Amino acid sequence: MAKYILKRILYLFLTLFIIATITFFLMKMLPGTPFSNQNRLSPEQLAIVKAQYGLDQPILIQYIRYIGGLFQGNLGTSFQFNNEPVTQLIGQRLAPSMQIGAQAMILGTILGILLGAIAAIRKNTWVDTLATFVSILGISIPSFVLAVLLQFYLAYKWHIYPVALWDNFQSSVLPTIALAALPLGNVARFMRTEMVDVLSSDYIELAKSKGNSEWQVVVKHALRNSLIPIVTIIGPMAVSTMTGSMVVENIFSIPGIGEQFVKSITTNDYPTIMGLTIFYSFLLILVFLVVDILYVLIDPRIRLGNGGNE
Amino acid sequence: MEIPQIPKDKFKFLNNEGNKEQEKIGTPSLTYMQDVRRRLFQNKVAVVCLTLLSLIVLISVFAPIIAPYNPNAQHATLSNLPPKLGNLNIPGFNGYQNMGGKMVDAYQQVHAPKGTYYILGTDYLGRDLLSRIIYGTRLSLIVAVLATLVDLLIGIPYGIVSGWKGGMTDNVMQRIVEIVSSVPNLIVVILMMIILKPGLISIVLAIAITDWVTMARLIRAQTFQLKEQEYVLAARTLGESSTKIATKHLIPNLSSTIIIQTMFTIPNAIFFEAFLSFIGIGIPAPNASLGTLLSDGQKAFRFLPYQMWAPAIILSIIMIATNLLGDGLRDAFDPQSSD
Repeated sequence: MAKYILKRILYLFLTLFIIATITFFLMKMLPGTPFSNQNRLSPEQLAIVKAQYGLDQPILIQYIRYIGGLFQGNLGTSFQFNNEPVTQLIGQRLAPSMQIGAQAMILGTILGILLGAIAAIRKNTWVDTLATFVSILGISIPSFVLAVLLQFYLAYKWHIYPVALWDNFQSSVLPTIALAALPLGNVARFMRTEMVDVLSSDYIELAKSKGNSEWQVVVKHALRNSLIPIVTIIGPMAVSTMTGSMVVENIFSIPGIGEQFVKSITTNDYPTIMGLTIFYSFLLILVFLVVDILYVLIDPRIRLGNGGNE
Repeated sequence: MEIPQIPKDKFKFLNNEGNKEQEKIGTPSLTYMQDVRRRLFQNKVAVVCLTLLSLIVLISVFAPIIAPYNPNAQHATLSNLPPKLGNLNIPGFNGYQNMGGKMVDAYQQVHAPKGTYYILGTDYLGRDLLSRIIYGTRLSLIVAVLATLVDLLIGIPYGIVSGWKGGMTDNVMQRIVEIVSSVPNLIVVILMMIILKPGLISIVLAIAITDWVTMARLIRAQTFQLKEQEYVLAARTLGESSTKIATKHLIPNLSSTIIIQTMFTIPNAIFFEAFLSFIGIGIPAPNASLGTLLSDGQKAFRFLPYQMWAPAIILSIIMIATNLLGDGLRDAFDPQSSD
C-alpha cells in the first residue's frame, strides 16, 4: 500500500510537470499582449516592461526559468494585479473558494446519500418519485441559473441573504446552495441505483432473515456497500464544483480563485492563468489520488497496482 | 455384432396432442431490440420525455419555417418589449409592463405598428425572443449531439482497451486520462479558440476533448468487472480473440453503462455550452444559443425577468427530459437494474 501511494505521488508530480509544460507553450501561442495600454507605450518602454518580466528572452530560456521557479514554489508574477506574485494572489483568494466548495460538496453529498437511500428503501412509492424528481432537478438546472434565481428571490426580493457580499457565513449560504444542487442530484441518483441493487442481494436477505430490523440492515449492511460508487464520483464532482464556482463566484462577487481565473483570461494575464491551471490541476489530481486510495480501503475486492489484471 | 432389423410397423405414433398444446409458444418471440422498445413504451414518463424531446428536435430542425421572425433582425425602436400574445388579454402575455408602479402598455408607448406582437417579447436590440430561443435551442442541440458523438467515439474504445489490457498499458492510459481531466476545461476551450475560429466547432471539440474522460473511466471500471466474469473466461478459454470478446461480450454488457453515460453527456454538453456562452467565450454574437440568451437575460433580470425565464425554462426542460429519458432507456435495456 505504501509503495503504491508513493508511486502515485511520483506520478502526481510527473503529471504536474507535463501540465506545466503544455500550459506554458499554449500560453505563448495566445494572441494579444498582457499590456493592455501598449498603444501608449513607446517601443523603448515596451522593451523595458518586457525585460522586466523576462519576456525578451528566447522561449526556451523563459521555459527553463519558469519550471525552475516551479520547483521553488514560484508561479511567477501577475501582469495585472500590481505585480503581485501569483502564489500570493492564489493564497489570498483560496479561502473563500475552498469554503463554498467544501460546504457545497459536503452538503450535497450528505443530502444526496440520504435522499438516494430513502428513495431506494421506499422504492416505487411517492417518496421515491419525489426524491427522484428532486435529484433530477438538481442535475438538470445549471448552477448559474439556480444562483441567479436564488439571488433574485432570496436576496433581492425577500432580503433574507445579502445580494453580493463576502464577509460572514451568511454570505456563503446562497453560493453554497447553488453549488450543492448538482452533487446532491448526482449522489442521490447513484445512491438509489446502487442501494436498490444492494438491497436485493443475498447478504441482505441473510441479514434480514437473521432477524435484524430494517433500520439495522440498511445502516450496517446496505449503506456501506452502496457508498462505493459514490466514492468514484467525488473526483468528477470536485471538477464540476470548481467549474461551477467560476461563474457562481462571479454572480455573487466572491473574491475567490474562480472569479480570479475568469478575470485573468479576459485580461491575458498569462502567469495567473498558468499558475491557476497548475494549482487547479494539483488539487484535482490530489482528489483523484485520495479517491483511489479510499476505493481500495472501502472495497477489498478491488485489487491494487496491476489494475487487477491477473 | 449384427443390428437387429425392426420392422417399420412395430413403430407407432404416440398420441401427444396434449403435450403439443403445452409446448406451444403463446406469444410471438421478440428480439432483444423489440423487447427494449416494448419496455420503453410501457414507461409513461419516458414516453412523455421522448415526445417532448422529439417535438423540441423537430422545432429546431424546422426552425427556418417555424420561427416567426429573423432571429438576428434588430428593431431599435421595439426593444425590451414584454410578451404579447395577439389580442388575447392573458396576464403576463398582454404587452403590459410595470413602470414606476403602474402597469402600462409597452407596445403603445413605443408606437409599435398595429398587429405587431412578440409572443415572448423582444430583447435589448428589439430582436424577437421566441425566434432567438428556437434558433438558440437548435444551436445548443447541435453542439450537444456532435460533442456526444465525438465523446462516444473516443471514450468507448479507450476505456475497453485500458480496462482489458491492464498492466502497463492501463497505467499509461490512465496517466493520460489524468492529465487530460486535470486541465481545467476553460484552458482547453481557449486553446481551441486559437487553433480554430471561435464558434461551433471549437466548442464541440472543447467539450468532447474534456468529456470523453468520464466515459472512458466508467467503461474501464466496468471492463475490469466484466472480464472477471465466467462467460468472458469461457470465451477466453475457447480461444476467442480480444477484439471479438470486446464486440461480442463486452459492448453488449456495457450498453446500459454507455446509454446512461450518454444521457449524462448530452445535458452536460448543453450545460457546458451554456456555461461558456454565459461567461462570454462561447458562441459569438450575433448568433444565439441558450447560453448567450441566458446571459443576456440575466443582465436584465431584475427589471425584465421574462428575458431570463424563457431560456431558463427551455434549458431546464431539455435537461430534465434527457435525464428522465436516460432513466427510461436504462430500465428498458437492462430490466434487472430497475428492480
